[in-house]
Amino acid sequence: MVRARAVRTVSFWCVAVSALLGSLAASVRAAEPIKVGMVAALSGQSAKSGEGITRGLTIAIDEINARGGLLGGRQLTLIRRDDESNPSKGQIAARELIFKEGVAVLFGGIDSPVSLAIVPLANKEKIPFMGVWAAATPITRNGAKPNFVFRVSAVDELVDKALVQYAVKKYAAKRPGMMLINNPWGESNEKGLTAAIAAAKIETAGIEKFEANDVDMVPQLSRLKAGQADVIFLVANAAPGAQMMKSLERMEWTVPVVSHWGISGGRFPELAGKGAQHVEFIQTYSFFGPQSAVGQRVLAALQDKYPDIKGPGDVTPPVGVANAYDAMQLMALAIASAGSSDGDKIRQGLYAIETYEGLIKTYHKPFSPENHDALNENDYVMVHYVGEQIEPLAK
Amino acid sequence: MLAVMAIISGFGLGSMYGLLALGFSLTYTVSNTVNFAQGSSMMLGAVLCYTFAVTMKWHMASSIVLPLLLCAIWGVVVERFTVRPFVRRGSSAWLMATLALGIVLENAVLFTFGKEPRSLPSSLAARPLSIAGLGVYPLQLLIPFMGLLMALALHLVFRCTLRGKAWLAVVQNPDAAQLMGINVTGTIAVAYAVSSVFAGGAGMLIAPLFNVSSDMGTLFGIKAFAVAILGGITSAWGVMLAGCSYGIIEALITALFGSPYTNVVTFTLVIIALTCMPHGLFGRAGVKKV
Repeated sequence: MVRARAVRTVSFWCVAVSALLGSLAASVRAAEPIKVGMVAALSGQSAKSGEGITRGLTIAIDEINARGGLLGGRQLTLIRRDDESNPSKGQIAARELIFKEGVAVLFGGIDSPVSLAIVPLANKEKIPFMGVWAAATPITRNGAKPNFVFRVSAVDELVDKALVQYAVKKYAAKRPGMMLINNPWGESNEKGLTAAIAAAKIETAGIEKFEANDVDMVPQLSRLKAGQADVIFLVANAAPGAQMMKSLERMEWTVPVVSHWGISGGRFPELAGKGAQHVEFIQTYSFFGPQSAVGQRVLAALQDKYPDIKGPGDVTPPVGVANAYDAMQLMALAIASAGSSDGDKIRQGLYAIETYEGLIKTYHKPFSPENHDALNENDYVMVHYVGEQIEPLAK
Repeated sequence: MLAVMAIISGFGLGSMYGLLALGFSLTYTVSNTVNFAQGSSMMLGAVLCYTFAVTMKWHMASSIVLPLLLCAIWGVVVERFTVRPFVRRGSSAWLMATLALGIVLENAVLFTFGKEPRSLPSSLAARPLSIAGLGVYPLQLLIPFMGLLMALALHLVFRCTLRGKAWLAVVQNPDAAQLMGINVTGTIAVAYAVSSVFAGGAGMLIAPLFNVSSDMGTLFGIKAFAVAILGGITSAWGVMLAGCSYGIIEALITALFGSPYTNVVTFTLVIIALTCMPHGLFGRAGVKKV
């Protein structure tokens, strides 16, 4: 009798303790943050791009967390790693974020070679990888099935079409020349620009390449000048882009320069000097001019959080901030729709997004199994530097 | 016209490599060792000049002199801690040690100076002069002038002064030199200090044409070492002339054949030149007097 009572008592306590531990575990899980990884250039020539992306992600994460987080109150936490614009370091950083930190999703940076190095890893480990700047076409169109790589950014192939159309329309370009950085991003644009030039039924004056640390680009530019180039398409990040502008200035050659957006990822106006003002380049967003309700809200949040932002001109680079903000919000919708932080469910969740009123535009079905790029050529805007600020060109 | 522009442009670029390579020549001539932190010394000169002139808004003269003094101290540190201990034990590990100390400096600068490249303004790189239809900054003319001046100074010191001959004696037979009253360790330390001053000066001259960043010395250091070997590392004139030739050939290949061929053809030519003349274009086989 005594023994039976003892058994009942022990059983009761076992059940009670189990229930208590179970509820504790559930509450711990609810409180456990959802980790958001970011691998971008936080140092070196493109450090400003990493800062811009950080700010865009942070503002979006703050908004989401203020609304109560995701998946029953779990807060989002951003974990950043510096890829130093180096593909190997980017891949190592992505590995660390996936395996050690256990991030649910990854965001990329400005450098296409780094993103291209992370793509196979993201697809193998089934971790959604969202590009917010790097524009190389094969990043999202990588042939993987299923494909875990998405992008809220420009696509080289489409950017190149837009750049050629702009040069033909504004400068009546008939023999444009190319100055391309000698890396996979440059190669991606070589293909895109060559195709776009052929489609526009004009011919190229030449294709020249340079290294990221080249000091003098007069020899390459001399070849383009000898080839009677009437416009130069520039594909480079800030520092080598600045060296090209200095070389151009020394040649006293006043040819229009139409550029991809890599130059906006660093201190281009400071490095290039007065030549910086002569470059026209592409962006996906400008904080100048009338802003939507979302634009006003994001700008106010940026000014509130970062004391160095006094107005729209201080949001540099705007493309990094805007793309990252929209990408994070879209990713949050996908996680909510997935009901889980499982990579494959989030991937399905991205396909399931119907409409989202974002900063850059209102997205309608931004992603599908056939299309992993949320932005297209209708979302691009041509801009230039006025002093240190990026301002849109008159249409 | 294309070739003329390439020659002018390449001469300016090549003289930058030559200027930096003079430091390799100096330490090798005096001690048979090479300072692989030479690129970092160049970066140090540029970063300190930027910090004093732009960040702290010091007078330009102080912003040039003080960094050169600090570079000299840095050169002594490199010799004392990464060369002398290994040479004493007959080890060649100074190769790795100097390189490692250079990397340590680069990272220290990365954390203190900042992560982004900055522009060092100079009135000598503001308005180009027109030479044969190509704009050339006055600084691009000053660099080869300074390089040739330093090469001449080194040549005269080694050939015409007692101290220079003492320096050469140090590399021939350190023990005999010591017995003759020459301060061997002090001489080698001075050589490292002067070589770092050369590198720091080169950094200050090159920075307005390029930019100032913690990794700026890496690329220049590698090419300068290639130039030093090509010229014949013991010949100051040879190193400077090899630098100019290298820059001109590089620019000519780019201008005439296109940028995809630049590195392939230039380095193939370097290999061919060294195969035909293993001691460099202007170097001589070392003679060991016994």
